[in-house]
Amino acid sequence: MPTILEADSGFKELDKYIDGIKEKKGMLIGVLHKAQEIFGYLPVEVQSHVAEKLHVPESTVYGVVTFYSFFTMKPRGKYPIKLCMGTACYVKGGSKLLETLREELEVKGDEPTKNGLFSIHEVRCLGACSMAPVVLVGDNDFHGHVTPHKLLQILDSYRQKEGKRNENKKS
Amino acid sequence: MKIKNLEELQRIKEESLKNLNGRESKKRGRVVVGMGTCGISAGAKDTLRAIVDEMEKQSIDDVAVIQSGCMGLCEVEPTVEVQIGDEEPVIYGHVNEKQARRIVKEHVVKGNVLREILVKRGKI
Amino acid sequence: MTVENTILICAGGACISSGEQSVKSTLEEEIKKHGLDSVVKIVETGCMGSCNLGPLMVIYPEGVFYQNLKSQDAKEIVEEHLLKGRVVQRLFYKGPTGEIKPRMKEELPFFTKQVKVVTRNLGIIDPSNIDEYIANDGYFALNKILEWSPERLIEEIKKSGLRGRGGAGFPTGLKWEFTRKSKSSEKYVICNADEGDPGAFMDRSVLEGDPHSVLEGMMIAGYAIGAQYGYIYVRAEYPLAIERLKKAMSQAYEYGLLGKRIFNTNFSFDVELRIGAGAFVCGEETALIRSVEGMRGQPVQKPPYPAQKGVWDKPTVINNVETLANLPVIINKGADWFSSIGTEKSRGTKVLALSGKINNAGLIEVPMGTTLREIIFDIGGGIPNGKKFKAVQTGGPSGGCIPDEYLDTTVDYDSLTKLGTIMGSGGMVVMDEDTCMVDVARYFLEFSAEESCGKCTPCREGTKRMLEILHRIVDGEGKLEDIDSLEELAISIKDTALCGLGQTAPNPVLSTLRYFRDEYESHIKEKRCIARSCKAMIAYTIDSEKCVGCGACARACGVNAVIGKIKEVHKINQEACIKCGSCYVACNFDAVKKVDAVDLVED
Ligand SMILES: Cc1cc2nc3c(=O)[nH]c(=O)nc-3n(C[C@H](O)[C@H](O)[C@H](O)COP(=O)(O)O)c2cc1C
Ligand code: FES
Repeated sequence: MPTILEADSGFKELDKYIDGIKEKKGMLIGVLHKAQEIFGYLPVEVQSHVAEKLHVPESTVYGVVTFYSFFTMKPRGKYPIKLCMGTACYVKGGSKLLETLREELEVKGDEPTKNGLFSIHEVRCLGACSMAPVVLVGDNDFHGHVTPHKLLQILDSYRQKEGKRNENKKS
Repeated sequence: MKIKNLEELQRIKEESLKNLNGRESKKRGRVVVGMGTCGISAGAKDTLRAIVDEMEKQSIDDVAVIQSGCMGLCEVEPTVEVQIGDEEPVIYGHVNEKQARRIVKEHVVKGNVLREILVKRGKI
Repeated sequence: MTVENTILICAGGACISSGEQSVKSTLEEEIKKHGLDSVVKIVETGCMGSCNLGPLMVIYPEGVFYQNLKSQDAKEIVEEHLLKGRVVQRLFYKGPTGEIKPRMKEELPFFTKQVKVVTRNLGIIDPSNIDEYIANDGYFALNKILEWSPERLIEEIKKSGLRGRGGAGFPTGLKWEFTRKSKSSEKYVICNADEGDPGAFMDRSVLEGDPHSVLEGMMIAGYAIGAQYGYIYVRAEYPLAIERLKKAMSQAYEYGLLGKRIFNTNFSFDVELRIGAGAFVCGEETALIRSVEGMRGQPVQKPPYPAQKGVWDKPTVINNVETLANLPVIINKGADWFSSIGTEKSRGTKVLALSGKINNAGLIEVPMGTTLREIIFDIGGGIPNGKKFKAVQTGGPSGGCIPDEYLDTTVDYDSLTKLGTIMGSGGMVVMDEDTCMVDVARYFLEFSAEESCGKCTPCREGTKRMLEILHRIVDGEGKLEDIDSLEELAISIKDTALCGLGQTAPNPVLSTLRYFRDEYESHIKEKRCIARSCKAMIAYTIDSEKCVGCGACARACGVNAVIGKIKEVHKINQEACIKCGSCYVACNFDAVKKVDAVDLVED
C-alpha cells in the first residue's frame, strides 16, 4: 500500500545511501541519521522502509528511534532552534532565553511555528559552555553569549533570509 | 603518497616545518584564525571571511591564512594570531569584522601591532 | 555596546588595606566623567598574589600591569591609557634595581600555571592539515612503538601511571593488559568521545583542534592489545568535531598511516566513525557498546567486562579522548617524564573546562595536584561583578559541589572523591552567591532522571521520587522529613542501581546536603531561598523613597503588574506579578528590590 510519502524522491536518496554501505552490521543509527537529514523527521513510513531495507524488525527500529532524543517522529521547523539547557547555560540564564522564545514564537513544546520556519528544542550541553548561554540554529549556526535581545535579532535574520514576516503578527 | 618508514616521516616533518616557519617557502608570514566551536559561536566565520576578503583587496598573496582549533581563550574569542617573518607571534582577541580588516591593513601590510585588541605576544 | 577595556583591580586583603577602595572610586569617577562607563568594565578580583605591590590593577586586553597605585594615579591612567591609548610607564612594575619592566599578561598566572600536554597543538596547528601534525612530531610515537613488543608498550604505559580521563580513573596500562590477555583473533578499540557531562568541552576541543593525536592514540592502543579495528563514538551535537575527524582519517589513509601494513610492518588498523544520537547514558561503556552496534544504548551487567566481551562480543578496550591524546606524548618523551608531572597517585595533567560564573571561562590544562583556588582565582580570574564565590561543581551529574572552605584541595582523583564528588571528565562550573544550591541539586537530578534508560528500577523510579521531593522544596512546600527521605533514597539508589549513571545520580544531592544543608533547611523551615533565586520564595517591591516615577518598570513588565502614574511612586501588584525580574533590570534608580516573599508586608 504505497503512501504519499513513498513517492517522495527522498526514498531513492535513502536507498542509494543504504546500498552504498558495504558493511551493514550495526549501521541502523547511521541510516536513521541519514533518513532524518533527508525527511526532517522519522514518521512510521520511513521507519518501516528502513526496517525492510536493513532486514531488522520494525519494532527494533521503533525502539531505537524512541530511545535517542536526537530522533524525532514529528516534523520540525525549517530552522530548528536548539537552546542549550546544560549546566553552564542554565547557570547563565538559559531558561530566560526559553521564555523569550516561547513568547515570541507562541509555540508549545517542539512543534513548528505556523509558517513552518522555526521550532524550539531544549538540548543538552552543546560543548561551548565557555560562551554560555548558547543557541544553535539548524546544524551549524552557533551563537554564544546570547541575550534575549540578540536572540530576537537572530530570528529576524532568518526571517529576512526567507522573506517571511513575524509568524504571529497579522499581515 | 604512502609513508613507509621513519625517514619518509622525518622528511615530511622537515618540509612541513619549513613551510610553517615560512622561510624557504614564498610566504612571509601567517594569519591563524581560531575556528573551534567557541570561536565560531563568537563570530569567527565572519572574521575569517573579512580577513580573506581584505587580503584580496590589498593584493597580499605572500601571507597564509590558516584555520586552527581552540586556544582555550574562549572569553576573548574570536582570536587571531599574526606572525610575520621572524617576529614573535601576536594574538588578538575579540576580533570582529572591522578589527579583522584593520589587522590586515595595519599589521600585515605595515607591521603595526594593534595594541587595543592585543591579548598576548609570543607562543601559547 | 562592546566592552573595550576590562580593568581588574585586586581586592585582596592586602590591597584593600593599602587603599584599593579609594583608587577604585577615583577610577570609577574618572571613567564616568569621560563617558567611558559603557565601554570599560571594572572587576574586583581576589588576591592576585603580588600583595607587596598593591594596590594594583591589570588593564585588558593589553594586559598591562600597574602597581603601587594612589588615587591620583587612577586619574592619570584614565586620561592617558584609556582615552589616549598611552601606557603610563611610571606606574609599571620595577625590578629590584629600579629598571622599568612592562608586565604583560603572558606573565600572569593564566598562562604561567598551565602545562600543555594534551592541548599541546591546540590553536597552534591547522587541524585539517596532517603535515602540521607531523611537523610537531606527529606519528613518530606510532613509528617508535611498532618496533617494540606490545608487552613492552604496555609496561611503559603502566610505568607512566596514566589513569583514564573519562571519569573513573582506571589505570590505562592495566586495562590494556587484561584485554591483551583475552584470547581472540578479533579485537577492538573504541574511542569514547560522547562527552555527555553538561559543562564539559575538553574532548570537543581536542577533537576539533588536534584530531590526529586521537587517531594516533587509538592506533597505539590497538597495537598494545592486538586489535585491527577501531570505532570513534562521537556525539551528534559536535558537527565540527565530526567534520575534522573525517578529514583527518582520510588524510591518514592517504599517507598509509591508517590501513594495511602501517610503516611496512604487520600491523594494520582501520577506523570507523559512529555518531551518537543524544543519550547521556551512552557514555557508559557497556551502553556505548550497544550503541556502536546500532541498538538502544542500555547498559548491561558487568562482568563480563568489555576486556573480555565487548563490541560484537569481542575483547574491546574503551578509552576516553583525552586518555588517547596523552599517549603519543608519553611515548615520545618517556614514561619517566610523564610521571614526574602531577601527584603520586594521579600522574600527568588534566584538561579542565571552566565555565559558569567565572571571568576567564575557557579551556585550561594544569598538572594534577593544582589547587582549586589556583584554578578558579589565579587562572580563572575569579568571579565576575564582584560577587562572592559559593561553590564549584565538578563531575557533572555524577559529581558534586565543593564549597569555599575546601578551595585549597588539590585536583586529583582521590582528593575529589574524598570530598564526595569526582574528577569526572573535567568540567568545572563555578557558582556564585546568586546560585541556589537546592535548585542546582534539582537541576542535576532532573537531568539524571530524564537520561535514565529505564532498565533498572532504582534508577528509573528512585530518581523520580527524589526529584518530586526536590521540586516540592524549591516550590516552598517542603516538609522537614523530606531531608531524611532524600538521604535514604539516595543511599539505596547508590547501592542498587545497575550502572554508573544510577549509582552516581544521587551525588549532587548528597554533596549539597553535606555542605549546604542550611539552604535546604531555610527553604523548608523559613521558606527562604538564601540566593534569592527560587521564584516561589521571592518577591519584587518598589522602594517608595527611591522611586522617581519614571515608569521604566511599568513599560518593562509583560503582565501589567506594575501600577502607578508617571512622576508618582509605582507599586507592584503581587497577585499579578510572575517574578520575571524585568522591572528589576529596567530600573535605573535601584528602587526595585528583590526580597524574601515571607518578609513582604501587605499594605
Ligand atoms: C553515566 C556515565 C556516563 C559516562 N560518560 C562518559 C563520557 O561522556 N566520556 C567518557 O570518556 N567516559 C564516560 N564514562 C566513563 C566510561 O564508562 C568509561 O569508564 C571510560 O570511557 C573509560 O575510558 P578511560 O579509561 O580512558 O577513562 C561515563 C560513565 C557513566 C557511568
Ligand atoms: S552548558 Fe550550554 S554549551 Fe555547555
